[in-house]
Amino acid sequence: MSNTITITDDSFKQDVLDSEKPVLVDFWATWCGPCKMVAPVLEEIAGEHGDKLTVAKLDIDANPAAARDFQVMSIPTMILFQGGNPVKQIVGAKGKAALLKDLSDVL
Amino acid sequence: MTTPTSVRDLIIVGSGPAGYTAGVYAARAELEPLLFEGTQFGGALMTTTEVENFPGFREGIMGPDLMDEMREQAKRFGADIRTEDVDEIDLAGPVKKVVANGETYYAHAVVLAMGAAARYLGIEGEERLLGRGVSACATCDGFFFKDQDIAVVGGGDSAMEEATFLTRFARSVTLVHRREEFRASRIMLERAKANEKIRFVTNAEPIEVVGENSVTGLVVRDTVTGEQSTLPVTGLFVAIGHDPRSELVKGQVDIDDEGYVRVQSPTTATSLEGVFAAGDLVDHTYRQAITAAGTGASAAIDAERWLAERGDITANTLEAAGAPVAVDA
Repeated sequence: MSNTITITDDSFKQDVLDSEKPVLVDFWATWCGPCKMVAPVLEEIAGEHGDKLTVAKLDIDANPAAARDFQVMSIPTMILFQGGNPVKQIVGAKGKAALLKDLSDVL
Repeated sequence: MTTPTSVRDLIIVGSGPAGYTAGVYAARAELEPLLFEGTQFGGALMTTTEVENFPGFREGIMGPDLMDEMREQAKRFGADIRTEDVDEIDLAGPVKKVVANGETYYAHAVVLAMGAAARYLGIEGEERLLGRGVSACATCDGFFFKDQDIAVVGGGDSAMEEATFLTRFARSVTLVHRREEFRASRIMLERAKANEKIRFVTNAEPIEVVGENSVTGLVVRDTVTGEQSTLPVTGLFVAIGHDPRSELVKGQVDIDDEGYVRVQSPTTATSLEGVFAAGDLVDHTYRQAITAAGTGASAAIDAERWLAERGDITANTLEAAGAPVAVDA
């Protein structure tokens, strides 16, 4: 079972902006090698911290609007949303320890 | 003195074609290798598209797919793959130490296959605008530059490949190169030159990446006239080569002036007993996926033979000394 949720441009408002819980959105695409590296790490983080954080995956190929709105120009990019606002942007694949450090404010 | 609780036969550090191939061979030889692939695993091919020159794939294969195959193949034979970054390697003495994620692992033999890291220009604005028009991965980010004017810096095969690939998205690609001549192979250079979306700017040295919140231009200096000009581009892709990732073993094994680990060709033996090295960490000549895979196989075989010989010697010595046959304290 997957611990992350899959979102779309259409569900972005409901799943991310209106969420009570902080949401980490992973902007990714099938043709992006480094996105594949970070995927299992995000899965783990979602599993271990699901009570405090939602990890949402957005395929930018099928959903280009959100990527454009938040000026994503490089993937993988992960943006942390809190109360409907982007509060932190993480660019590039990172290890678990580094990601947890980036997310320490909400975990 | 602390006694290592468990000493493995072999630890492999690195996960490009060299590391994974060493993993396949060592696992098949029942060495039960521990393989640290790192959190950014798969090596340089993870950021490429089509690999056209890896034998056995007549139609080509995507870089990440090829790496996934190698990884699964190593796993199939029992390689113990860890997605952790190695923080420390201590190669002194008969038992080698590898520290990852706060834990220390021990082995008699080590295969070093850390590969090489992409070089950056190190110019003003580059780091600040990384992910904001400056990209380290053409295959990841080309998508974001549809109908835009972008620049690729470099003169080798990877620069040609990136420039050619990026024309799928960009309106124009300016290939910026410091010299007049190119290091790229003829086929790659010809392919780029034949592409009408690619413009060549040679004898041009990048000075600064400009842009407030995202890239708006690249300042270059003409190396002949000294004149500076700004190329109006919104994207910048850097492909100026790689540096071997030898920091962790610097001062321990012999390394050449450029940082490559020295091996006793045609073997993969380094200056230290029981330490072998393969792939781009060693190779500044060929740097191909297939040559890396080849030396990865050699390293695993070298390690296997070394372990076998050493096992005999250790057993004999200990037996002669009247000790029970157990290895290392």
